[in-house]
Amino acid sequence: MEHITTPKVENVKLLDRYTNRKAASGTLYLTATHLIYVDASAEVRKETWILHHHIATVEKLPLTTAGCPLLIHCKNFHVAHFVIGQERDCHEVYTSLLKLSQPVKPEELYAFSYNPKMSKDNREIGWKLIDLKVDYQRMGIPNDYWEITDLNKDYEVCNTYPPEIVVPRAASKATVIGSSRFRSRGRIPVLSYLYKENNAAICRCSQPLSGFSARCLEDEQMLQAIREANPGSPFMYVVDTRPKLNAMANRAAGKGYENEDNYDNIRFKFIGIENIHVMRNSLQKLLEVCETKSPSMSDFLTGLENSGWLRHIKAVMDASVFLAKAVKDEKASVLVHCSDGWDRTAQVCSLASLLLDPFYRTFKGFMVLIEKEWIAMGHKFSHRCGHLDGDPKEVSPVFTQFIECVWQLMQQFPCTFEFNEHFLLEIHDHVYSCQFGNFLGTCHKEREDLKIFEKTHSLWPFLLQKKQELRNPLYRGFTAYKELQPNTLPFSFQFWCGMYNRFDKGMHPKQCVLDHLLNCMNQKIKLEDNASELENKLPFLDGPLPSEASLSKVGCAASKTSMLNTPQDYEGKPPPVLTNGISVGDANVTSDVDQKNKENLANHRDLHLNDSVDVLNSEAKDGKPQHH
Amino acid sequence: MEFSELIKTATVESVLLSCAGQPAVKGTLCITSHHLLLSSCPGGEGQPSAVELWLLIRNVDAVEKRLAGSSGTITLRCKDLKVLQLEIPGMEECLNIASSIEALSSVDSVMMMYPFFHRPQSLRLEEGWPRLPVEQHFQQIATQTTQWRLSDVNQDFAVCPTYPPAVIVPAAVSEETLRRAARFRQGGRFPVLSYYHTRNGTVMLRSGQPLTGPNRKRCPEDEMLLGSVLDEGERGFIIDTRSAQTAKQARMTGGGTEPKSSYPQWKRLHRPLERGRPLQESFIKLVEACNDASLGMDRWLGRLESCRWLSHVKAALSTACLAAQCLDREESCVLVHGAEGTDTTLLVTALAQVILDPGCRTLKGFQELLEREWIQAGHPFHLRCARSAYSHARLKQEAPLFLLFLDCVWQLSRQFPFSLEFSEGLLLTLFDNAYASDYGTFLCNNEKERCLCKVKESTHSLWAWLDQPEERKKYLNPLYSPNLLVIWPSVEPQSIQLWQGLFFRWIRSSQYLDEAWAEIWRLVEGSNTAVKESTENRLSHSLSDPAARMENER
Repeated sequence: MEHITTPKVENVKLLDRYTNRKAASGTLYLTATHLIYVDASAEVRKETWILHHHIATVEKLPLTTAGCPLLIHCKNFHVAHFVIGQERDCHEVYTSLLKLSQPVKPEELYAFSYNPKMSKDNREIGWKLIDLKVDYQRMGIPNDYWEITDLNKDYEVCNTYPPEIVVPRAASKATVIGSSRFRSRGRIPVLSYLYKENNAAICRCSQPLSGFSARCLEDEQMLQAIREANPGSPFMYVVDTRPKLNAMANRAAGKGYENEDNYDNIRFKFIGIENIHVMRNSLQKLLEVCETKSPSMSDFLTGLENSGWLRHIKAVMDASVFLAKAVKDEKASVLVHCSDGWDRTAQVCSLASLLLDPFYRTFKGFMVLIEKEWIAMGHKFSHRCGHLDGDPKEVSPVFTQFIECVWQLMQQFPCTFEFNEHFLLEIHDHVYSCQFGNFLGTCHKEREDLKIFEKTHSLWPFLLQKKQELRNPLYRGFTAYKELQPNTLPFSFQFWCGMYNRFDKGMHPKQCVLDHLLNCMNQKIKLEDNASELENKLPFLDGPLPSEASLSKVGCAASKTSMLNTPQDYEGKPPPVLTNGISVGDANVTSDVDQKNKENLANHRDLHLNDSVDVLNSEAKDGKPQHH
Repeated sequence: MEFSELIKTATVESVLLSCAGQPAVKGTLCITSHHLLLSSCPGGEGQPSAVELWLLIRNVDAVEKRLAGSSGTITLRCKDLKVLQLEIPGMEECLNIASSIEALSSVDSVMMMYPFFHRPQSLRLEEGWPRLPVEQHFQQIATQTTQWRLSDVNQDFAVCPTYPPAVIVPAAVSEETLRRAARFRQGGRFPVLSYYHTRNGTVMLRSGQPLTGPNRKRCPEDEMLLGSVLDEGERGFIIDTRSAQTAKQARMTGGGTEPKSSYPQWKRLHRPLERGRPLQESFIKLVEACNDASLGMDRWLGRLESCRWLSHVKAALSTACLAAQCLDREESCVLVHGAEGTDTTLLVTALAQVILDPGCRTLKGFQELLEREWIQAGHPFHLRCARSAYSHARLKQEAPLFLLFLDCVWQLSRQFPFSLEFSEGLLLTLFDNAYASDYGTFLCNNEKERCLCKVKESTHSLWAWLDQPEERKKYLNPLYSPNLLVIWPSVEPQSIQLWQGLFFRWIRSSQYLDEAWAEIWRLVEGSNTAVKESTENRLSHSLSDPAARMENER
């Protein structure tokens, strides 16, 4: 709170980027966690909430006749352009936001003050919702070939790995320790996913410290053990997800890649995904294109091409498809690494698992996947998302790319995911929001040191509670589809307007199919519930069951419902507490995403039609409710 | 001419047919006057044969042959963008088949085309031909205003060969004035009513360009005709679909545009829309890029940009929105024209109506709109759709304006998924039929030609076919819910997408999207009827039961 000198500024304008309609005029508030703008000119009270942690940049633009412009770019791609009457007010808001958006100490992060009035027990149950051991069990581990070891319980093997890791049974302690000395940051090869049907595994690690000629017997034994854990295949792939040139350059620094001659029966392969710096710049260019005011079609397509963004998305997808095919079609295990094995490796391992296993396309499965491949394995969320004031060169949209790849798959396979686009956006929001503990820090050890599990809440129970609105009405159930084989020709990748222009509602379809289908679905469930309730009353009234027919009807209705809810059954019930856990009364407590939804609704209500055919200045009053 | 003269080899055995995404099949190839058939015997000799291919030869856009040893491969590129390959044993057979298909597919005489021979059993010949579409349109307008009348000044096509016999004109203007105004407009296309905006009584007119020429000729009758549309002090807009520069240059060849001094109440807006050869080339380049599987992401995006197709979509939508805004927001009348008034003009007037008028967004209304604004209004389908994107023939007058219109309607359907009663399937079928059809609906260039060829008497109407209940269902949008409002689309590049359902129809697998579509049907139908019904049944069942009724009363 010491950063806030001016908690309230009146007569602030909020400009709309895409329409020429009159700017909103209202009041700007600064709270400990949010910037809140209340539009006084609208007929309905319209609020815009911006979480301080979501703010990527704040800029003060040159003074205009209307006042002092303040431009805010958010990490969730919201762009807010305020104009503040007094230069002095603007400056104070500006300096406050600079400090508020870049906390220095971890304790300043929202998660440590976020208090949804939930009992201690329930908070703890929330953290236990995702148990990675259960997922390994699901894969059949431990088994004859793989075991869960606690060799890393004191982080002695690798301080960025979790205490429990899955390694081949055949790999002795000496092999593991030896291998860890030959891998960058001790990130030894561990199992990421086991494809039960044929015992082929996806494993992950960091680059070897091979330099130009170094060898390590234990590392070679380790790879051999992984290969032999899949007796069905005489060879295994080692995939380096970096461009070959980058990998070669690393040799000069004593790192590098596996020499095929030193490892028995490996097939080594480069799949060129660019590094975090290239990705950061690419996103920057993409966002510039998205922000251009009224670009021509050519400007947009040229900008999209020059940003390289979709090329990178395709590269990540291509690599993941390669992994999935190797495992499924060639029945070969794959060991994947990049440099440190926490960015590109996380992307492709998690996507390959998603392609291979329908479980990861359910709510629960997707949470497990993120916990397993990203959080537990030490993707440096704190650095990549810039949670704290730090090195801007460490920031990179690696996780955003993963989320986008999932969205691209949803476009190609609309019935295969239990969740919808909003679920992805919610997760993406919270990776940056620091409201929940899951994504704080850089690895498991650091989260323990920060006492995340004692002091903060887990995101997942909160998302499960909103399941009704986050589900995909077209989902055909867990068993309808197994492996996915996406088309990876360039045309299959589309620009994701819902992410990068998410807050420019005018660009989106004016009628929302998803909402409509969710309504249909809810209505249907309700009717079915009513029906079975009525059915259930019958036996009490009549004594013996009235007829076989109506019995089978009940059965039918029930089985239908349960089919719709298969994934829910599969997951088990969310912790009971949550039904009354979150209080709604306290504005500070209400999730900012909720607020945004409110805002979206308001936006939807006064939809102002055609945004860019602005040749005629006309009052856009009618045609308001385009939806029904 | 006899078709048999063109068929050099009628049947070939053991031909291997392959096309993208489907397993190759071997069978007997037959050429008839209008079709290419391939039938296989999956069950071996003596088993009934299965027809694997039934291709209208008119649909073939390009024939490419490649000979290797004693056999040859023919690649057939179709107007609906499908690509087929036939492996034919025997060099001579291969050459004969190729040249037969080439000859049959380029028969230019309208009355030799398949619609004149097609006789489906479920339909009667005269069925489905719209009876007096302009007259019907006028009946609707006449209930709301007396400012307009139906004129039969063009009864024998003497005043304007590309207009239908009946047109809607201002009530105050005499036939003689119309005749004189027609002489001042290219192709005799004097301003006529295209659309009456019920909400505020404004109208959209369309015409050919005025023949002002280098000497800035004027025509008092034309000025009077346009003047009579506006009340004193009212302002109207002329949307010229050419750039100001092009419109000015047109004066050198006798055309031109309305000068402010002669039409003081009309404000001219120039919104250049591509047509003719550049548009056809855009289409060709786009299809080339779509079929090039070797492209990386950057080159794909580069070629998508350089073919400019999406720019044309954006421009067409923007101009249609402008026309719609003039009517609905500015409450002003609009005149749309380019040069001839048969291409971009119709694109704009038809599209503006889909945006403004909920009536045009029903299956029936859309058919009527196409009939009125494209077919009767004289879009030269025969010339524009003679060849599609693959043809190697020298381009003559081909241009995919109708496809551009369908693409724009698809963009609307994507942005307003509940507002159109019909689905993407209808748009695809219309595209297919505009280029090659069993039906007479899109034959010829204008009503006059259709009368001469006796199209209505001797061919079936596509509409009759589509209106059969089992066909109709295929084209319905399960999400449709009538929306009485104007549907203003966003024309930001982020809002405009490549129409994959058309351009990648034969390239990508649509299995998963089809399943999603089926799922939508299931959900929507389920929530509308099935569950309600079953609940009601069960309810009535329990109500008819005395005990249950008691329970209910309690």
